[in-house]
This record gives sequence, C-alpha cells and structure tokens, in this order.
Amino acid sequence: MTLIRHELKRGRISFLIWTAAVGAMLAVCIFLFPEMKGEMEGIGSVFASMGSFTAAFGMDRLDFGSLTGYYAVECGNVLGLGGAFFAALCAVSSLSTEEKERTAEFLLTHPVSRARVVTGKLAAVLLQVTAMNLIICGIVIGSVTAIGEPVPWKLIWLLHLAYFLMQVEIACICFGISAAIRKGSVGIGLGIALVLYFLNLIANIAEAAKPLKYITPYGYCDAADIVVSGTLDGPGIAVGMALAAAGVAAAYLHYTRKDIR
Amino acid sequence: MEAIRTERLTKYYGKARGIDGLDLTVEAGEFFGFIGPNGAGKSTTIRTLLGLISPTGGGAKVLGMDIVRQKTEILRRVGYLPSEAAFYPKMRVRDVLKLSAGLRQRDCSAEARRLCERLALDPSRRVDELSFGNRKKAAIVCALQHEPELLILDEPTGGLDPLMQREFFDILRERNEVGTTVFLSSHILSEVQRHCTRAAIIREGRIIACDSVEALSRTSARRVTVHGSVDLSSLDGIRDRTEADRTVSFLYSGEMGALLQVLADGQVSDLSVSEPDLEEIFLHYYGKGGEQA
Repeated sequence: MTLIRHELKRGRISFLIWTAAVGAMLAVCIFLFPEMKGEMEGIGSVFASMGSFTAAFGMDRLDFGSLTGYYAVECGNVLGLGGAFFAALCAVSSLSTEEKERTAEFLLTHPVSRARVVTGKLAAVLLQVTAMNLIICGIVIGSVTAIGEPVPWKLIWLLHLAYFLMQVEIACICFGISAAIRKGSVGIGLGIALVLYFLNLIANIAEAAKPLKYITPYGYCDAADIVVSGTLDGPGIAVGMALAAAGVAAAYLHYTRKDIR
Repeated sequence: MEAIRTERLTKYYGKARGIDGLDLTVEAGEFFGFIGPNGAGKSTTIRTLLGLISPTGGGAKVLGMDIVRQKTEILRRVGYLPSEAAFYPKMRVRDVLKLSAGLRQRDCSAEARRLCERLALDPSRRVDELSFGNRKKAAIVCALQHEPELLILDEPTGGLDPLMQREFFDILRERNEVGTTVFLSSHILSEVQRHCTRAAIIREGRIIACDSVEALSRTSARRVTVHGSVDLSSLDGIRDRTEADRTVSFLYSGEMGALLQVLADGQVSDLSVSEPDLEEIFLHYYGKGGEQA
C-alpha cells in the first residue's frame, strides 16, 4: 500500500491536469450541442463532401444532428486521444522513471520484491486510469443533464467502457515497454498512442487495411460501430486484453530479472 | 556468524569485467573497509550483494542468506548508503524518511528524529533543494533509522564537512559497539585506517589482499626519505618516488643490504625509514600487481 500511495501522490498533478483537460473539453462539446443541433443540415452536407475522411471518423454512419451521433464522434476524438495519451504517459514512465531519475537504487534497496514493485506500480497506473474515466463519466452525465437532453445511458456506458478498455490496453502495453527502457519514455508513449490512433483511421479509409482494426484498440472503440450495433466488439476486445496481458507479463518477466545500473 | 561471504562471485556486463571470482568474508560485528580506486569493482560488489544486479557466476550470502533467493529478507536487515543519493523530487526530507520506513513496514520516527538532530538535518527541507552534503545526510538517516544488523556504506563521507564526518563516524562506532556490522567501501584510505579493524583491497575485480588493517600496514615495504645526494639507479623495488630540494622520498621493497650500500656510497645528510601508511601500502599493492607485500 505504501508504494501505491506513493505512486498516486507522485502522479497527482499530471492526473488532475489530464482529467480536467479531457473532462472540460468533453463538457464544452456537450454544451455546444444545442447550438450545433440547429445547424446540422449545413454541417451534414459539409461532412458528406469530405470523402474518405468522413469514413475515417465514422461520420458516414452517424447522425450528427442527434446527441448520440454528435457525442460519439466528439467522444471518439477527445476521450480517444486524451485518455490514450494519459494512459500511455502514465504507464510508460512508471518503471522507467525510477532508473532515469536514479531513484531505482533507493526503492529497490528496501525490502520490497521486484514483483511487488511491478504490482504496486501497475495498480497505481490502473487506479489513475479508472479514476479518470469515472470522473469524466460524471462530467459527461452532468453536462448532458445540464443542457436538458435525455441521458443516452446505454450509449454512454458502452462508449466509455470501450474507451476505458482501450486505455487499459495501451497502459498495459506501455507498462511492459517501461520495464525495458531507461529513458525516452514520453516520446515512446505518445508515439504508441498516436500510431494506434492512425492505424484505425487507415483501417476505416482503406478496405485492404481493415485487419488493422484487430491490432489497434481504437478498432473496438469505433463509435459508429458501437452506435449502429448497440454492442461492443467482443473478439476485438479479447485480442486487446490478450495484448494487455502480454504487456503486463513482459513487465514482470523483464523487471524481476533486470540489472539496475 | 558471517555477515558477508562471497564465493567466486563474478559479474560481467557483457564482455566488460565488473568483478571476477571475488572471495570475501566479513564476520558479524566487524568494522570492515573495502578499498579500491574507481572502476576496481567496489560498487559492483555492493550492488550484487544488494540484488540490484545479478551475478553471472559464483554466489554470496549476506547474514547467512542467499543474495539471489532471499533478497527481500536480506534487505529487511540491511541499511545501505549509496555514494550518490537520489530521491524523488519535490518531496520533503521527512516524507522521504517516512516513505523509507513505510517500505520497511516500520515506524522509525523516533530514531529518524534523533539522527536528524545529530546530523543537523532539517526534515522540513525539500530534497531537491538540498546540497550534496545534506542529501548525503538524508541518505544516512534512511540507511540507519531502522537500526539494521548490517550497514553497507558506499563512499559514505563524500560531501560531508569534517565535523559531520566525525559525527557520522561516532554514530557508526556506537552502532558497531552494539553489534552492527559495518561494511565501508572507500578510496579514502585514512578513513579506513582510522575506523576499520579489517580491510580488503580490490583490484580489477579481484581481492588482492584481505587482513586486519594493522597486518596490512605491517608490510616489508618502507618509506625511505633521504636528504643529500645518492644514486638510486642500481636499486630494484623502488616506487612512488618524489624528489625536491636534494631530498628524495620513495617506497622501498627491495633488499635492505643493497639500499644500505647505495646510501653508504652517497652523501647523506639526513635519513628516515618509516612504516608506510595505508595509502602507500595501497599504492604498493597496486604497483606490484596484487602480490602480497
């Protein structure tokens, strides 16, 4: 518990900034909806003329004039990128920072096994990701209620659950990488989140690139798929969680044997 | 009981040598010095004993426990002072000490307070604002506050002023008197000579001498200082030679008869022959390639 508490304390500023930023951006989007609703006809024709990009963001299958369609696209961009960046940064620096800042010697000369260090740090990362998503869910529900729209409970739970799982997957993969690197963690974390995001855009644009949806966690977070089907992509999530488990296993295997310099 | 025992302990970083077949025994309750210059393998030995790095050969026991299989239990009973202490930024000293105690699942607040007072360390200061010496003091409190059975100290006095060094060694002596084993790695030989009862000299990853400090000082080599004019060119066994103002000083481990002959043939106005201090012995060992003097 000491280690988890310590990790949460260390990450609290970053957590508060990212949560506030993503939450505020989602709230602003929702508060803009009543104004946007009246102009949807014009906007719809603009989107329709954007060719492949319309498909890339799933806007060809969503009604931008309804709260669900509007929120699905906005949520995809804001929470999809913001949440993934936070999860990646939080996880990729978790173990590597100890060596980069040369605090590993302090931590690992205390009677705490390497496995317990990995467990504590992973728990802290997942707790922060979970807390961020819960707070953001609260902000979203509050904002929808404030603009006088009925809360689309099912859609919100499905979308947010998918994004939460996506963040967990990215966090676990980055956590595995964190065990192996000593520096450059920020660039690697942001790079991974961005590459996975663009892989999904490519998969949405080009038919030949469709299998990429099974590699990137953004594949099972596709808002248009979720809104249209009303369910989550089970196989996609299973692949994602398997990758997450592989990331965590790699972290345990590598960090418990690693030489600390 | 042995506090530390290494048997053929070896650590290679790829092809680079860290330590090679290191055999060392430190008895419980000893004040033990571990001497060697930078790169000799002192820190590698310590880091291997503490489980920060894994040995590539041989084995070791600390307090009777295997360094690989019983790492956590060893760390519970050991206090470690690194040569350069690094703490989590933005924390206050008291938070670092509390974290260290928390990781040991101990309440060490009374001892931490006592040590802070003795070392004149303000626990309300932020660690990233501390000078090198004050960071060292914080690390000392971390290493000592849980009252470990074995203290492993890597270059402990760097950054401490002379008064603080004295206070620090007073604390170590008090701990040693009640049974704590002190393993002190240093390249400051006077420090080892003054405080340690036994010492080992490490060279290129191997122990080249291990004995009581007194016995190590009892070498056949002598420090010879000659005032006057002598021709030393025919003498073997001279090293660490310095010359100034018709005075020549050197460490001599050759035949005493040959030295006397050379001195008799020269013009000597004054002469002193003394036992070398540990620093000179150290140089002697290093110069001789590790053979016993």
